[in-house]
Amino acid sequence: MNDLTPTREQRSAALEGMGCKRKRVEDIRFTQGKGNYVDDVKLPGMLHGDFVRSPHPHARVKKIDDSEALKVPGVLAVITAETLKTVNLAWMPTLAGDVQMVLADGKVLFQNQEVAFVVATDRYAADDGINKVIVEYEPLPPLVDPFKSMDADAPVLREDLVGKTTGAHGPRKHHNHIFEWTVGDKELTDAAFKKAEVTIKEMISYHRTHPSPLETCQCVCSFDKIKGELTIYGTFQAPHVIRTVVSLIAKLPEQKIHVIAPDIGGGFGNKVGAYPGYICAAVASIVTGKPVKWVEDRIENLTATSFARDYHMTTEIAATKDGKVTGLRVHVLADHGAFDACADPSKWPAGFFNIVTGSYDFPTAHLAVDGVYTNKAPGGVAYRCSFRVTEAAYCIERAMDILAQKLNMDPAELRLKNFIKPEQFPYHSALGWEYDSGDYHTAMRKMMETTGYAALRKEQAEKRAAFKRGETREIMGLGVSFFTEIVGAGPSKNCDILGIAMFDSCEIRMHPTGAGIARMGTKSQGQGHETTWAQIIATEIGIPADNIMVEEGNTDTAPYGLGTYGSRSTPVAGAAIAMAARKIKAKAQMIAAYKLEVHEDDLEFDIDGFRVKGLPEKFMSMKDICWAAYNSVPPGMEPGLEAVSYYDPPNMTYPFGAYLCVMDIDVDTGVYKVRRFYALDDCGTRINPMIIEGQVHGGLTEAFAIAMGQEIRYDEVGNVVTGSFMDFFMPTAVETPHWETDFTVTPSPHHPIGAKGVGESPNVGGVPAFSNAVNDAFSFLGATHIQMPHDYWRNWKAAKDLGAVA
Amino acid sequence: MAKTHVTMKVNGAEVEGLVEPRTLLVHFIRENLQMTGTHIGCETTHCGACTVDIDGMSVKSCTMFAVQAQGSDITTIEGMANADGTLSALQEGFRMMHGLQCGFCTPGMIMRAHRLLKENPSPSEQEIRMGISGNICRCTGYQNIVKAIQYAAAKINGVEFKEAAE
Repeated sequence: MNDLTPTREQRSAALEGMGCKRKRVEDIRFTQGKGNYVDDVKLPGMLHGDFVRSPHPHARVKKIDDSEALKVPGVLAVITAETLKTVNLAWMPTLAGDVQMVLADGKVLFQNQEVAFVVATDRYAADDGINKVIVEYEPLPPLVDPFKSMDADAPVLREDLVGKTTGAHGPRKHHNHIFEWTVGDKELTDAAFKKAEVTIKEMISYHRTHPSPLETCQCVCSFDKIKGELTIYGTFQAPHVIRTVVSLIAKLPEQKIHVIAPDIGGGFGNKVGAYPGYICAAVASIVTGKPVKWVEDRIENLTATSFARDYHMTTEIAATKDGKVTGLRVHVLADHGAFDACADPSKWPAGFFNIVTGSYDFPTAHLAVDGVYTNKAPGGVAYRCSFRVTEAAYCIERAMDILAQKLNMDPAELRLKNFIKPEQFPYHSALGWEYDSGDYHTAMRKMMETTGYAALRKEQAEKRAAFKRGETREIMGLGVSFFTEIVGAGPSKNCDILGIAMFDSCEIRMHPTGAGIARMGTKSQGQGHETTWAQIIATEIGIPADNIMVEEGNTDTAPYGLGTYGSRSTPVAGAAIAMAARKIKAKAQMIAAYKLEVHEDDLEFDIDGFRVKGLPEKFMSMKDICWAAYNSVPPGMEPGLEAVSYYDPPNMTYPFGAYLCVMDIDVDTGVYKVRRFYALDDCGTRINPMIIEGQVHGGLTEAFAIAMGQEIRYDEVGNVVTGSFMDFFMPTAVETPHWETDFTVTPSPHHPIGAKGVGESPNVGGVPAFSNAVNDAFSFLGATHIQMPHDYWRNWKAAKDLGAVA
Repeated sequence: MAKTHVTMKVNGAEVEGLVEPRTLLVHFIRENLQMTGTHIGCETTHCGACTVDIDGMSVKSCTMFAVQAQGSDITTIEGMANADGTLSALQEGFRMMHGLQCGFCTPGMIMRAHRLLKENPSPSEQEIRMGISGNICRCTGYQNIVKAIQYAAAKINGVEFKEAAE
């Protein structure tokens, strides 16, 4: 050794492995406008398709006349349900076990529903064609209010289901009923409520909203008639699932379908499902023999491809006088719109909403969810959350605040009193989950200490007194939120999509020079997988992250995976990476033993290679082992150094966090100011702290948007009135608060590297923090629960309804 | 539809093309010139993904016809790297401060920040936030975009930038 010999710290740092704030490799191309998004794909002779959409929320389609449209220069074809019927594609299955019209078949069920697909030489000509398609409608009474959907005289929406008393998830109670899903012990829960000293009951709505990534949903389909092969470039969060779905519904051999998800401009759940545009573009390519591009515009995105939420949760808590919870009862009315197009694992019609007991030790609970149809766009997807987990977290976190108010207890104190204790993990919840790990008290106390929670409460009390004396018109709210997520779907024992277990995968190939490629079943939409996946490999096998290329999104080259959504990539694919890397490492150890002429048990892994125990100078670097793998492996061993892992997780992971929002509201205008927002997240082992914090910032901003104004709203006759970014709240840098982030680390005990996933936590925990802040601000004026979204007008209205404004 | 001949300068090069009077500038840039770094996010002038620099002004190219750009001098994201191919101060700032995630808003955001720093070489945080308020980002929550622009401002002004990405 000499001065030039790198230290262990230097060798470790050179890897840029786990825990390193590694700068993103993606950014080199993205900052230069060299990303390759779907709309950037241009194939020779490519045509453009666009939709004729329904102006009516509910109407019979009497006639579609395309004769004038076909005379428009550049228009080549108009595809209708009748065209699709010839290839048996007028309807398509949804991931939720329902079926959905691809194009209007006899009637339309929501405003902006796809009615016909015009194919033309360019997007302008397609638009001209759309204007010339004449559709004759006979309007029918619209059903907008989900609470009226099961009235005896409610209009029949789904004529295709008439007479069907059973759906994909059991019996249907009414012609507009989709499913009823119940979990928990009803008798025990009812008994807990009978005995309860204190109960609360509130109907807590989580309004309809939309993920609205900046890049809309789009695809390019190209059918090669000679080879019988279909290539689809698309904005797909789960490309392999799309390939299988296309194979099943289009009856094409799966090996002849090539799905490519290039760079994706944000997903947030919007790009999990299959949409009519994909089917129509594929059929149009088959019909015309040319590649066909479909690019949704923003209005179409907001009004037709999957919405999120629209859960109406009647929530009851039973408790003792001193604030110990004894039971939870929740009934959800779930508005799915015209078709149940939820993107949940197949057996979970309400996703993992049964995480609704949250972070608290409820001895018993009962949950019932009724899904219903209305004349609205179909869905709903998980908008930056694991399946229906944000709804569940909002439900329980709002309800805990309502209980605290009733008991005249501090909301933080009530939570501390009811948390699952560290020694109770693994914890079996009353609604059936096994929480893998957690230390809620530590996280909560750290939040309270860091924010100066007690002092903030004192300030609030003073401000309330000043308000009552007429000295100020500003009220102050503290929004406490403590969430437990359930992510990493999921174990094959309870999670599948269309019968395919929700494992994920990684294939690593090491090249002779000590470089390598990792191919994945996941698909980044901005999460930075190309950067972080390489960091896991770097730490596991001791090759610098810069030497590992990560490739995702091409179903021909990537191993089968279930894709990226529900914060599943790190819990599932992240584990697959570690497992594949460990297979590489095991073979590398045998090669090193052979080369160093020792038994492999005599070797120990040391940062970037293997060392003979007790003989520090006898060392072989992983780089040299890679070379040896291609020329001098032990006798009997196959050359090469590669591995694949399909990881079926033994359990979900359960990230958690403690958030606090400090908000001031002017009662005369309803204008609020987020004075402070503190977010402590525990996502287990932290792979790249820079990326984690970026994820938290982004998720909090989306939570802020949802809680404070972002809504897909329909008027009473079924017109969607929030169809553009003018009406749909999209915070800019001016409105967006400053975020303070913090963390604790409680590794997952069952995950190979202890990581839990983080991308969605801030949305799940953020929404209740904002809403609780608003509700807390108004509580001293007599408010119990004010529905989201809390925009200026609604805040003013709340103040007025409470008599605080003349 | 009859086509019109347009000429303009894009990233320093004279370009020309035949466009319909209704052809949007963003489509001319993306389709005719095949520079796909300029993105389309909303087509209603709200999101700013299509922002380019025209004659010293930030312009949302989805709300301008190509014929209106006749004779103008345009810079797009493809013209932002340094002459030697290295990342410019702004591009580097976005990378160093983690000012992007999906990358879709990034070209428009960088083009807007480029003009902002020309207008105000040392903006405060509030001035940056107001200055980029015509550009929507769905991923980052803006905090690191603000830092990215501060990083670039410091670098252009020859001052050391100390704050790390949060």
